[in-house]
Amino acid sequence: MSEVVATQLSGWGRTMPTVAQLVEANSPGQIAELVQHANSRGVLARGLGRSYGDAAQSGGATVIDMTTMNDFTLNPDNMSVTANAGASIDEILREIVPRGFFVPVSAGTRIITVGGAIAADIHGKNHHRDGSFGAHVTELTLIDGLGAQHTLTPKDLKFWATVGGMGLTGVITSATFTVIPIASSYITVDTERGNDLDDVMSRMFARDHEYRYTVAWIDSVSSSGRGVITRGDHATIEQCNLDGIKDPEAYDPKNIATAPALVPSGALNKWTVRAFNEGWYRKHPKERIGEIQRISAFFHPLDGVQEWNRIYGPNGFLQYQFQVPDAAGYLVGMALSKLREIGAPSFLTVLKRFGPGNRAPLSFPQSGWTLAADLPAGIPGLGRALDQLDALISAEGGRLYLAKDSRQSPTNFARAYPRLGEWREIRDTMDPKRVFASDLSRRLEI
Amino acid sequence: MLDALGDPQSVLVLGGTSEIALATIKEMPRNRLRRVLLAGRPSESLDLAVKQLQALNIAGVEAIEFDAKNTETHGGIIDAAFDGSDIDIVILAFGLLGDQMTAEADPTHAVEIATVNYTGSVSAGLHVARRLKNQGHGALVVLSSVAGDRARRTNFVYGSTKAGLDAFAQGLDAALAGTGAHVLIVRPGFVRTRMTSHLPEAPMTTNPEDVAKIIVTALKKGKSAVYAPGPLRFVMAGLKALPKPIFRKLPN
Repeated sequence: MSEVVATQLSGWGRTMPTVAQLVEANSPGQIAELVQHANSRGVLARGLGRSYGDAAQSGGATVIDMTTMNDFTLNPDNMSVTANAGASIDEILREIVPRGFFVPVSAGTRIITVGGAIAADIHGKNHHRDGSFGAHVTELTLIDGLGAQHTLTPKDLKFWATVGGMGLTGVITSATFTVIPIASSYITVDTERGNDLDDVMSRMFARDHEYRYTVAWIDSVSSSGRGVITRGDHATIEQCNLDGIKDPEAYDPKNIATAPALVPSGALNKWTVRAFNEGWYRKHPKERIGEIQRISAFFHPLDGVQEWNRIYGPNGFLQYQFQVPDAAGYLVGMALSKLREIGAPSFLTVLKRFGPGNRAPLSFPQSGWTLAADLPAGIPGLGRALDQLDALISAEGGRLYLAKDSRQSPTNFARAYPRLGEWREIRDTMDPKRVFASDLSRRLEI
Repeated sequence: MLDALGDPQSVLVLGGTSEIALATIKEMPRNRLRRVLLAGRPSESLDLAVKQLQALNIAGVEAIEFDAKNTETHGGIIDAAFDGSDIDIVILAFGLLGDQMTAEADPTHAVEIATVNYTGSVSAGLHVARRLKNQGHGALVVLSSVAGDRARRTNFVYGSTKAGLDAFAQGLDAALAGTGAHVLIVRPGFVRTRMTSHLPEAPMTTNPEDVAKIIVTALKKGKSAVYAPGPLRFVMAGLKALPKPIFRKLPN
């Protein structure tokens, strides 16, 4: 059995750490044994810790560090990757992009594991067309709450309870997912600016379907809600050649910088964020067609700065990401003005359109809009303002993303995820003794 | 569980009628609280405390039976509280001021003060610490007192129990380092409560609500000790440094 080390764990937002017994994963057999010998605090699998809140930490529990089980293979013939759960999307991309393939769904960071991508049912800039990550998984293996190993496919209810199930149905040990063919490691990007929030939203509504990838950055400081929409498709070899790119299949993203270890609280404030937003808006042209960008610049701009979460200082930060149906699109503007009202500076405010949701009862995305804002945790009045937004959002049939959530109440969660009861029934068959637990599951009384 | 903003869902008060503890609960965001346990000897004032919090729409408020002097029952009571759900914050708030002159004349009274304030706290504190360590998070708030900083003629029996409690709590915090749990020692000066209503007020007197605000802020900042009001820290540092002949001449 591997060494067990009491370790303080937190999410990417660095708020509210707890101490768990951390064990490195080395085989499905060892994981089954850990599950069978779990103490009363339970077991939880953890990947690369990019969930912002408390999803991948579990006070007092045995937390299994899955990143040591990270092998994967590309099967070019049937265009799929079979990976151990701890394999990172970063390593997978380094292997498959030069060979002409790309992951079916890419989050805003590639520093995540395959297991985490399934557990959070991650989405990307192509959700409106391709759905979330779970829709592209063809098979997964999982160790349930009794230590038994299962192979699940999309025909199984247990498969869909695991997709978006935040690690609470079992430990995913491996998975197979489809990959898409690409001609180059570049994206052709069209950019347009919207003068205000209405303008941005109507432009997205009108033309997002014409592109595989699309997202908008919103100036959260300006009361207009102006923004920059970027949309893209994988570039062909001809498009790369026209742009003078020498090696269109090369892919080697590098770290540009590492954030300093000690940043005083308040370094990100209304004024610095205002300056950033102004500059970012002006940096982009009113309209630009066919710009060629590297995959890493288009999908994972922040991955170039290691440990960028430190810039929020010692209080940490939270990301508030919600979804609302089209009919409640007005809540996007209301959320932005509410955050402006309390002086919450967010320099990463992202708006996107979602396509239809999938069969997973706890999957986050469903048709409509999603807005994500990074907020320093120390702002006075933040809790109350977000509670008010939570209530408005869930009343309109919207919800918060569990991979980002770190503060909603259990009552709000139950209201916002009406299929929770259905999910619990399946979970109870997979984990009758309730071995799997996280700080998130305790906070939300899942 | 604490949320990202440091607001708790569950609180256990040992000494459930403590005005400082109740004010501290009222200072927490009410819609976050899911479970508030007020532990104390069954009494009208304990029932009243429960009703008071329920009237504020705080969810899950209940009284549980607890007697600081019955140390052999502490383990079972604290285990039952933690078995129900994780507890984010435990406030160790029971205490007896007693009467100095009675205590000097009748040492059994002094022993009672010592038993409740020191022995009871050591017992309950160790049981709580064991469960906080087990859950990997949580805070134990210990209501100490400036009376423990330097023994005074007029209240040294009480003061000595608080001095012992304070030292115990400091050590317990050290013992919990690295477990995810920690201790917050609160050293109030004169607070206007039932306990002190018969006494003349001292300089820098505060209300339970003032102490509550200091506690909630200190918990969010993860501090290990605070005075209430804050500047008392400097006053007490000065008093501790005073030569004995001058200290003894100070007015009480």
